[in-house]
Amino acid sequence: MAKKIGIEVSLAISEAVKLADVDAIAAYPITPQTHIVEHLSELVADGELNAEFIPVESEHSAMSVCAGTSAAGARTYTATSSQGLALMNEILFIIPALRLPVVMTLANRSMSGPISIWNDHSDLMSVRDTGWISIFAENGQEAFDLTLQSFKIAEDHRVMLPINVNIDGFTLSHVIEPHEFLSQEEVDSFLPPYDPPLQLNPDKPVSMGMVGIPEIYFEAKKAQDVALVESKAVIKEIFQEFGEKFGRTYNVIESYRTEDAETLLLTMGSISETAMEAIDMMKDEQGKKVGLLRLRLWRPFPTDELRELVKGIKTLAVIDRAVSFGGTGAPVGGEIRSALYSTEDRPYVASFIAGLGGRDVTIKDFMDMVTLAEKMETEQEVHEYKMIGVRE
Amino acid sequence: MDALNVYAAKLAPQQESLAPGHRACQGCAELLAVRLVAKTLGHDFIIANATGCLEIVTSSYPHTAWKVPWIHVAFENAAAVASGVEAGIKILKKKGKYPVDREIKIVAQAGDGGTVDIGLQALSGALERGHDFTYICYDNEAYMNTGIQRSSSTPYGAATTTSPAGKESIGQVTMKKNVVEIAAAHNIPYVATASPSYPFDLMEKVRKAADAKGPAYIHVLAPCPTGWRLAPNLALSIGRLAVETKVFPLYEIVDGQYKMTVEYKHHRPVIDYLKPQGRFRHLQESNIEFIQQYVDASYEQLLKKIKMSEG
Ligand SMILES: Cc1ncc(C[n+]2csc(CCOP(=O)(O)OP(=O)(O)O)c2C)c(N)n1
Ligand code: SF4
Repeated sequence: MAKKIGIEVSLAISEAVKLADVDAIAAYPITPQTHIVEHLSELVADGELNAEFIPVESEHSAMSVCAGTSAAGARTYTATSSQGLALMNEILFIIPALRLPVVMTLANRSMSGPISIWNDHSDLMSVRDTGWISIFAENGQEAFDLTLQSFKIAEDHRVMLPINVNIDGFTLSHVIEPHEFLSQEEVDSFLPPYDPPLQLNPDKPVSMGMVGIPEIYFEAKKAQDVALVESKAVIKEIFQEFGEKFGRTYNVIESYRTEDAETLLLTMGSISETAMEAIDMMKDEQGKKVGLLRLRLWRPFPTDELRELVKGIKTLAVIDRAVSFGGTGAPVGGEIRSALYSTEDRPYVASFIAGLGGRDVTIKDFMDMVTLAEKMETEQEVHEYKMIGVRE
Repeated sequence: MDALNVYAAKLAPQQESLAPGHRACQGCAELLAVRLVAKTLGHDFIIANATGCLEIVTSSYPHTAWKVPWIHVAFENAAAVASGVEAGIKILKKKGKYPVDREIKIVAQAGDGGTVDIGLQALSGALERGHDFTYICYDNEAYMNTGIQRSSSTPYGAATTTSPAGKESIGQVTMKKNVVEIAAAHNIPYVATASPSYPFDLMEKVRKAADAKGPAYIHVLAPCPTGWRLAPNLALSIGRLAVETKVFPLYEIVDGQYKMTVEYKHHRPVIDYLKPQGRFRHLQESNIEFIQQYVDASYEQLLKKIKMSEG
């Protein structure tokens, strides 16, 4: 196996995009995503990556250009954050509907206002229902590996859907971590060249993005939903294949020390590493029966896997980093409640919101959430969601 | 050499890339213009189309009027999508993954709304980046697809559903935005105005635009019987009147050099153009006089640019 390289996570992602021999990149700068596309533009400028780098005038055009390059049959990549993602929103709906396998890194950042460049998940949650596959990375190695796997997943003819790979802005994007890179030969043995089933080519003309009259629109949307739901099996298959080839196996939900657990924390993204430390301390020092679930796949939602993993669990404390304003739960907490609603012996679900706009979520915060969730379970408290760590 | 390029009825290409089975209104000049564009370009081109009449009437799934590859993504991004298609094909050819010896033209097309208002940013970005593509604006002077609302290409005095004529208003109160000049300000190799009422002039311009190395922009005046409150059989003659009255002069800007392509010794008064159209029905004599002065002044300005190009 290759030796470990210390490199900034953003740059490692760019290197993965380069190893994927991407054909086209369209991008517009926004913190904290910038280092990724800056490095890619350097790779193109230095002739290390043979790709078109299209420096557009806005994120709306970035995603529109991606629609064009991908429809032409080119392997396509972009990256964004926060307001940039919001400006893409209109086109985000259309990319999966056209079944274009664009890969995008989302360096997650909170939404304005007040303007904040720091991390939470409110940007991704604002585009939850656009139809993209959404995957979360916890550390740099995962970001590198998942970027490569994403091209293979997106371009699989059974899938043909866009993917966003989420990394926490700054707390992950800007840190230097040891990464184990794959060689070009290894990547080539795993990731075949993109073979578009449909392409804009005068030899075989197709019309893409036509008018959906009421007689057909509903069926088109159902087909899109079926494709997204069914992509989960392909995602698992590709995770498995990657694991067998390179020794790093991925799951749609990762579990950490869940044996004998009665209470589980559920997190997404890089705060999971702090949560693990909290779990270690609670288990080893306090003898508490706790464990951690880490949601890797957000869309399609791994409902069956979740139901299996929480069997016999008393309390599930879900930590969101986004608000569904005026709603009945935070986005992930609400989703999990609804996934478990029809199951027997479901655990009590405590929905917490923490770490908005870059606020630290500490080991103590996780411990407090476990204690609070267990108390709420005992009292069977009826609640929507609780915010943790707000000064009041 | 120019003379060898001249199109005439018998020399015009026979093939049709736009099939007759579309759903446009009777007498729509926009669809005729599109057909001429498609004829000129043959089969080796790809279209990125904006939302609007043209998209709606040609692509109702499962039917399509397009015999060439065609993509529609959204309202304001035809130029950006075309940029992507152009860049995508360029790199795929470079990597040997796309028919290398085929010269494939990329065309973006949109209405005036998708060009002069909401799509202006994407258009400017694409022109500035220098993609090798032709952008065609079919200007029917309002948002027709959503029901004849004003755009910034709607001419002064025209009544639309969001610039209605009333006791306190004459309809549209601003002057038509000059997108031709905006496009030209990007210093692109080819910019032109065109009209389906002058089919061979239009076809030649399309050919030149497609052959230009880099971005080209063509602004086509597309009379819309529905929105202009005009009898369907009059769309083409009103297009001629637009030129004969100096309202819509036909010219081109090749590498910055202006040239009139259709000239009249004597011009008709602007009232001849306004009169048949219901959208101008409410105008008073003084309004028409004002419009006449504005048209004369704009035309003079254009002549100056042409003179400067000559001299
Ligand atoms: C972002 C967005 N805003 C509004 C619309 C609604 N819309 C669709 S077509 C159209 C007007 C099209 O006008 P124009 O570009 O002039 O083309 P025409 O239909 O007149 O040929 C509008 C406003 C839309 N599709 N997308
Ligand atoms: S509304 Fe006007 S532009 Fe649209 S199809 Fe009808 S005539 Fe043509």
